Amino acid sequence: MANLKNVTKKTKAQEMGMHTEVLTGRTQQKFFNPDEAENFYYFGTYDVDFNKRIDLDVKDMTAPEANKEIDNLMSQGYGTIVIKNPQGKHSLGVGILNKLNLIFEGSLGYFGMGSCDGPIVRINGRVGWSCAENLMAGKVVIEKNAGSCFGAAIRGGDLICKGSVGARTGIDMKGGTIIIGGDAGAFTGFMMQRGRIIILGDVGINLGDSMYDGTIFVGGEIGSYGSDAVDSELTPNDQDWLKRKLKVAEIGENFDVSKMKKIVAGKKLWNYDNLEPTEKKGAI
Amino acid sequence: MCGIAGLIHRGKSSNVGSELQGMLQALKHRGEDSTGYALYGDTDGKHFIMRFKVGENVGEGSSSVMEDVSVYDERKKIVDQTLAELGAKVVKEERTLPYSLRYEIDYDVKDLLNFSQTIESIPGVEILSMGKSLEVIKDLGNAKAVCDRYSLDKLVGTHAIGHARMATESGVDIKSAHPFWGYPFSDVSVVHNGQLTNYWNNRRALENKGMRFMSECDSELIAVYIAQKMREGASLEEGMKDSLTGLDGVFTYFVATKDSLGMAKDTMAAKPLVLYESDDLVAMGSEEIAIRSVLPQEIDTYDPFDGEVKVWRI
Repeated sequence: MANLKNVTKKTKAQEMGMHTEVLTGRTQQKFFNPDEAENFYYFGTYDVDFNKRIDLDVKDMTAPEANKEIDNLMSQGYGTIVIKNPQGKHSLGVGILNKLNLIFEGSLGYFGMGSCDGPIVRINGRVGWSCAENLMAGKVVIEKNAGSCFGAAIRGGDLICKGSVGARTGIDMKGGTIIIGGDAGAFTGFMMQRGRIIILGDVGINLGDSMYDGTIFVGGEIGSYGSDAVDSELTPNDQDWLKRKLKVAEIGENFDVSKMKKIVAGKKLWNYDNLEPTEKKGAI
Repeated sequence: MCGIAGLIHRGKSSNVGSELQGMLQALKHRGEDSTGYALYGDTDGKHFIMRFKVGENVGEGSSSVMEDVSVYDERKKIVDQTLAELGAKVVKEERTLPYSLRYEIDYDVKDLLNFSQTIESIPGVEILSMGKSLEVIKDLGNAKAVCDRYSLDKLVGTHAIGHARMATESGVDIKSAHPFWGYPFSDVSVVHNGQLTNYWNNRRALENKGMRFMSECDSELIAVYIAQKMREGASLEEGMKDSLTGLDGVFTYFVATKDSLGMAKDTMAAKPLVLYESDDLVAMGSEEIAIRSVLPQEIDTYDPFDGEVKVWRI
């Protein structure tokens, strides 16, 4: 992290006598304390038995009704729930903060599996926009294609799509791993701050646009690079990690990871000290 | 927000009125200020079908001024008189609602521009569609309400596009509702989800070329833009590809002609579209649930990528 107090070189604005205040900066990063783990408790979570399995047909349910029923089944100790007939409904499986095996026998609409922390999910179908948004931990596997904003703002966990995904995959992601078996659309990794994205196929225009940090691995062609996205060397450690990750994800079994491209942030985008329009006029 | 839906049967006809109603009703949460259908029915192709309105629906939520039904009657009389003067013979006449009419016209017309301009020069009259297969039906309310009002559920044809509207940039009225007729081309219609940011520049340029705009809805620009490209000799697909750079903003839109259906998505892929494609059916909509209303079984769908244009034929 940049030490703002120790920056000695003056910017244009400072040379003009503007912005002379000393920036102190602060971090919002919270470090995990293992001592707190035993007492860590999420409100509304349950002890479940993964061997206790039940089917839930949501054909005639609304999304809130279905989600409430999933919660009800977890409260009864069911650790494996199979959802039948999701039929593209929106917002299914959101807000699950539990360890749980959740299987969807069909496709989801928008915002499926949003704001979850912990479940292992398999979707035997397609997902719409913003699947697994804000995922904290766990694993979500999609057997077919996914819509745009796939894995928006995720902070952890593994998000795997075996097909192709739409635009803005991993937008604003802050951690975790996104793995795409097919192609990805425009603005993949837009403003990502941390984490990794793996795309085995081609990717659209403006890859990694305005990314702060994080890493993107691409196996196919790149439409174009976004602002501040630059190539980096693919190291042996990267290759080992990629092989492990793809194996765990059950995807790209014979994929040659040594030919993948590695894209990172150039970190030259930070130009917040540029003059504002009125200041520029004053400088002229 | 708005929702769009469309489908095309390849090699056969189906009850597209009912199918599109189901698709649009599934999208009603995206907007139900108004709903519109562009249906391509099975006809003998001998006569033009002209759908037009002589007034507005002034029901709840409408931004239109209330008029007496006698005003509609008077306008209808002038339309009948003008058609006769143009040499057009009305073969069949239906007045579904006081302000909404459907004429089948026997008319040997080469230039719909002059024909349309003459009819629309009558104050308060707007042609919603003109074609030998196309019928545009649009009104206030959700898909089911409009379908019931106009008895669309039995219409058999090959393809259709439709729109569920949440009014944002223009009024809640029929003239701002989608689909828009690709004036002055026979059988061309457009629906759009998104916002166009260079509307006025394009509109001024197109008006200077003799094209007309009936509303201030930015989506109407797409219909006129594509129509102008086709007037200049471009194919439908060429016109749509040109629109990706000629139109600025975020959009996903569908265009339908007598025998084809196309989609275009802007270069930022900012507006949603889910697509199902098979040998005998293409169905697409803003959300998968629209497609599920006609194909409830598990199917393979996908999101078209940014800057993609596709056209299918019947």
